[in-house]
Amino acid sequence: MWHYIARRILYAIPIGIGVTVFCFALVFLAPGNPVQMLLPADASQETIDLIMKTYGFDKPLPLQYLTWLERAIVGDLGMSIQTNRPVLDEVLKALSNTIFLSAGAVMLAFTIAFIFGTTAAYYRGSLIDRGVTALSIIGVSVPSYWLGIVLVIIFAVDLNWLPATGMGPKGSETFNIFSWDHFKYIIMPVITMSMVPVGIITRTTRSAVAEVLGNDFVNTLRAKGLSEFAVIRHAIKNAMPQILAVMGLQFGYLMGGSILVETIFNWPGSGFLLSKAILTRDIPVLQGAILILALCFVFTNLVVDLVQTSVDPRIKRA
Amino acid sequence: MKGLFRTTKAACLAFVTLGATLGLTPAKAESTLRVAMTAGDIPDVTGQPDQGFEGYRFVGYTLYDSLILWDLSKSDKEASLMPGLATKWYIDPANSKRWIFELRDNVAFHDGCKFDAETVVWNVKRLTDEKVSYFNPKQYAAMRTRTVNIDHAEVVDPLKVAILTKEPDSLFYIQMSFWMMISKCQFEKAGSYEAYAKMPSGTGPYKFDKMVPRERLELVQNTKYWNPARVPKHERLVLLPMPEATTRAAALLSGQVDFIEAPSPDTIPRLKSSGMTVITLPYPHNWHYQFNFVEGPFKDLKVRQAANYAMNRDEMVEMLGGLAQPGYATVPPSSPYFGKPVTYKYDMAKATALLKEAKCYPCEVTLAISTSGSGQMQPLPMNELVKAQMEAVGFKVKLEVMDWNALLDVTFKGREKFPNYHAVNVSRATQDPFSGIFRFAMKKQNAPAGGNWGHYYSAEIEKLIVDIYNEFDEVKRDAMIIRVHEVMNADAAMLFVTHDLNPRALSPKLKGFVQAQSWFQDLTPITVGTTN
Repeated sequence: MWHYIARRILYAIPIGIGVTVFCFALVFLAPGNPVQMLLPADASQETIDLIMKTYGFDKPLPLQYLTWLERAIVGDLGMSIQTNRPVLDEVLKALSNTIFLSAGAVMLAFTIAFIFGTTAAYYRGSLIDRGVTALSIIGVSVPSYWLGIVLVIIFAVDLNWLPATGMGPKGSETFNIFSWDHFKYIIMPVITMSMVPVGIITRTTRSAVAEVLGNDFVNTLRAKGLSEFAVIRHAIKNAMPQILAVMGLQFGYLMGGSILVETIFNWPGSGFLLSKAILTRDIPVLQGAILILALCFVFTNLVVDLVQTSVDPRIKRA
Repeated sequence: MKGLFRTTKAACLAFVTLGATLGLTPAKAESTLRVAMTAGDIPDVTGQPDQGFEGYRFVGYTLYDSLILWDLSKSDKEASLMPGLATKWYIDPANSKRWIFELRDNVAFHDGCKFDAETVVWNVKRLTDEKVSYFNPKQYAAMRTRTVNIDHAEVVDPLKVAILTKEPDSLFYIQMSFWMMISKCQFEKAGSYEAYAKMPSGTGPYKFDKMVPRERLELVQNTKYWNPARVPKHERLVLLPMPEATTRAAALLSGQVDFIEAPSPDTIPRLKSSGMTVITLPYPHNWHYQFNFVEGPFKDLKVRQAANYAMNRDEMVEMLGGLAQPGYATVPPSSPYFGKPVTYKYDMAKATALLKEAKCYPCEVTLAISTSGSGQMQPLPMNELVKAQMEAVGFKVKLEVMDWNALLDVTFKGREKFPNYHAVNVSRATQDPFSGIFRFAMKKQNAPAGGNWGHYYSAEIEKLIVDIYNEFDEVKRDAMIIRVHEVMNADAAMLFVTHDLNPRALSPKLKGFVQAQSWFQDLTPITVGTTN
């Protein structure tokens, strides 16, 4: 097991490097350059050259990348071009803000999807199954920006029950999830963000549990006189590795934040940070954020793999 | 029974007295003005703000002062200059390259340090002299267009400073209205701009209180401000970056903020019906296209005129919900430099005839446009309408859509690098004659050296600009600036479309705001009531 964990951690290194090389190249292939947003719209070439030199963008690309990598290995992700703030602080702060949303959306989505998916699988072919299928399709299809705006109009503007934007009355630094005055800020973004995972996980749960319920051993269980609850329990346990795999992927996606949801609700998370970095070509922030998010994704998948092993011993991790 | 009554009464009295003593009566709440900006982050607080002129509006002129300020107290005319940290400025009668600024006495920074001539020289050096340790390359780059003519600054006496220019420049003093004076001793205490960003100190009407990066900046009133008339009438100013227009409108409607920038046209009816005050006013802004004068059909005056005659600007204004005014020239009619330019009123027949005369019918052109960007208004629907209007008279228009950063790249590099583009759509501030007019017309400003993207050239304008910079009589000088503006129109130097009307929406509990015809606004007179 420990060998497996060590190997997976080692795998994360080429993944992290690959992702950052790819993103580095993409940013430079895109039109525009990283210092443009610092300059007036009619800056002279002389000024552009000076500022490119100041930030080290005058060097060849591979050299720029290697310099960045060398620093990143010792935990220095550099400074943001736009804000002059340390990238590591920016990314970790944004990520910690996104975790509130992702964890909330994950918990909500997993609970709803698990109950709905299992019920639909048990009553497969019935009206309940069709209803759940319709709901999951709606979940996947409803654009999050539309749902977010509708929720804001109803619950913030018209009813004035929930705040429309922001992360707590005084911002993220004082955010306290256990206080209602703060907690109410997270309700609408979490609901909006959970819609897509609800749809995807419901569909996966439904098909995985339904497939297991169609196996011969389920009939054997029933013939042996097990209660229906016990039969479902067995079916769920057998379907769990597949469900967990999808849940892990969804959690990974949600960790990256949602540019649309975070923009609508003005939530200072990683999606918001990334979108700003892309628009302003803030390469150090882009690189740092992508590296950390890629590592989070790898780590989440590792945890999911380990949980799968513990749930289903048939899956061997040598 | 009587005893019990007396005891109860005494207890009640004691409770009331104790309550009053302990201050149980409701305390007066701090009056806070909460503003939702369009910026995606808090503008730089260390002197010259980033995030365009919005940064100057909310961080520049709140925390800091410049030697010369903009008079933002009136709505009825375009904002003009007024004394700031300098009480007087003039050209040295013996040297046409030496500007003298007489400084205001008894002005202190928020940290208590005195403002004087030495501080001004230090501030000039920090944006012009690469050799000093406190040089700021990012702000240097942002200010380069305004500082390029500075040779050096020198102390004349503690309350008088001289700034020497490389060439005579009768308009130089205007650039000093964009130069924020930061505290030298606070910077030295901080040791670096990163550290100074956590404790910025200016002389402005607001003092820094706290900042949560990317989320909020909180300023408090400077009760000791040198101009008592501009001590803020609210105790705290909270600035919140909120780039999404729908989010800003929702935040205002739900009472989370009191003041929003740039509501989108489709939210205006809802804001108005909910009792919000929506303010629009002309200001120096130009939404236009710069033509390519070297390659393509716009080399021909007739084609440029045809494009201008094709514009149904009223239709554009209608599409924008009335949040714009028709644009017939580089600066709006309220500008002191407008003059009496030739105007190209909507005339489809004339436009088609001109294209045929120019033997460019159908006339194929490619326009570089962006999906969004600072001051770009609603670029996609606006460009689609321009395309439709041009095609209705005989143009065949291809829109080359790119993101804002990519369009800036096209703008910086100029037509030489992008000969296939026949015009670019980058809107501009026209706050002062150089950045509003000259930089699009001077040969010296041909891109990539400056803002003349398409290399427009007029011999008359070249001569006029030389004369303007050497003319220190303001009346004579301004008459020549007007002439430059008129020549540009006669040459149809741009495709003139519209001027933004700078909409913003305020909660009804705010009183006292006077919207100036400027990119900058004064928030200090605003009082914040308690009820809607």
